[in-house]
Amino acid sequence: MNSFATFRRFAILVALLAALWIGLSSYLIPGSTQQSAIAHRGFLAPDFALKSLDGETVRLSEFRGKAIILNFWASWCPPCREEMPALQRVSQAYQSRGVEVIAVNVTSEDVLSSVQEFIQSSGVTFTVLLDEQGEVQSVYRTSGLPTTVFIDQEGIIRDWIVGGPLPEALLLAQAEKFSQGEP
Amino acid sequence: MLPVIHIGPFAVQTPGLILLLGVWFAMDVTEKHALRFQVDPAKVYRLIVIGLISGVLGARIGYALQFPQAFLSSPLSFLSLTPQMLSVEAGILAALLVSLIYLQRAGLPFWQTLDALTTFFSILAVAIGLSHVASGEKFGIPTTLAWGVDLWGARRHPTQIYEVVVSLAILLAVWIPRKNFKASLFFEVPGGRFLLFVILTAIGQIIVETFRADSLWIGPFRQAQIIAWLILVVSLWVFGKRLRESVRISG
Repeated sequence: MNSFATFRRFAILVALLAALWIGLSSYLIPGSTQQSAIAHRGFLAPDFALKSLDGETVRLSEFRGKAIILNFWASWCPPCREEMPALQRVSQAYQSRGVEVIAVNVTSEDVLSSVQEFIQSSGVTFTVLLDEQGEVQSVYRTSGLPTTVFIDQEGIIRDWIVGGPLPEALLLAQAEKFSQGEP
Repeated sequence: MLPVIHIGPFAVQTPGLILLLGVWFAMDVTEKHALRFQVDPAKVYRLIVIGLISGVLGARIGYALQFPQAFLSSPLSFLSLTPQMLSVEAGILAALLVSLIYLQRAGLPFWQTLDALTTFFSILAVAIGLSHVASGEKFGIPTTLAWGVDLWGARRHPTQIYEVVVSLAILLAVWIPRKNFKASLFFEVPGGRFLLFVILTAIGQIIVETFRADSLWIGPFRQAQIIAWLILVVSLWVFGKRLRESVRISG
């Protein structure tokens, strides 16, 4: 019986110490403010301004209050081209419900005429931006193409996927979540 | 930190690769050492495979049930290998249920099997920590300490390294039951090895979570710490109960 009594005392002590640690650490060590100059899940999406295909300057922060599906792509990248129709369908279904699809072309590694040709032929109607200097691509660490970043209404990056083409159900599910105000 | 490795046209997700290797290694070691716990190695191996498959299937079904409209529009997406389309909660539930059914049908002794599986869980915990090192997820709060690492634009607590160190220490603790070692009490009762793993993991989680920057909060407390504390209390209670039963039987 002795080992049980010893264990019971030990268990109570461990549970109490753990509770004390949780209480003290929550009070003394608060979470950090989620801001960074580099894009990453859980942080505020770094702002940028880029020219659109129409020549207008578009700033990411203009879309604050809306959820954003930010897709980095290039016209020479087959999976990027393959997922464009799905992005278009998601944009058509969810734009009126507060979800914006924005495609950022990595123009520093692409040919502008090919970009224009592809966009015209594929019937894309959502915003297409041109990263001519590759700066936004660098901040968003697009180590592979396509890279898709999901940004919620508060401007926080909720998910960040390298590679594709992404399944359409994933894009639809994420847009549905955003349209219901879920992160 | 190396989240993606490029091999030709393919982008290999390093964290996923580490997890896969970890699962494979953990299964191999668990099978080899299952006899130490008086359970059939082949059955334990099959149990893990069944648990993993049902976990993945359950996670995908759970996700599809959450967003039925998305999958009705694009049914083939159900077969996609994308790990983002998984519901962790549904996966765990499915794996637990199916594993329990198999355990019973295969006639495996419950607590001894859990002891054997502890090898798998403890190696997997190390692999999960290493996958966080590779991905940079579960990052720490900013610090000025000398061992801080530069990550996501700030010098931060290397919480991923803390996680690996803690899980390695737990692996060691559940792996080497030494004579006259205080933890040996846990190895005298069937299921004790598993419960020791759960207790130590919960304590480790409570400590490491303190230094994480991406914690979810419930009011003034970190959600993960509260869950870990509840698991800690329940597993201490279960072990106490099993110890009392074993003392009663032997004495």
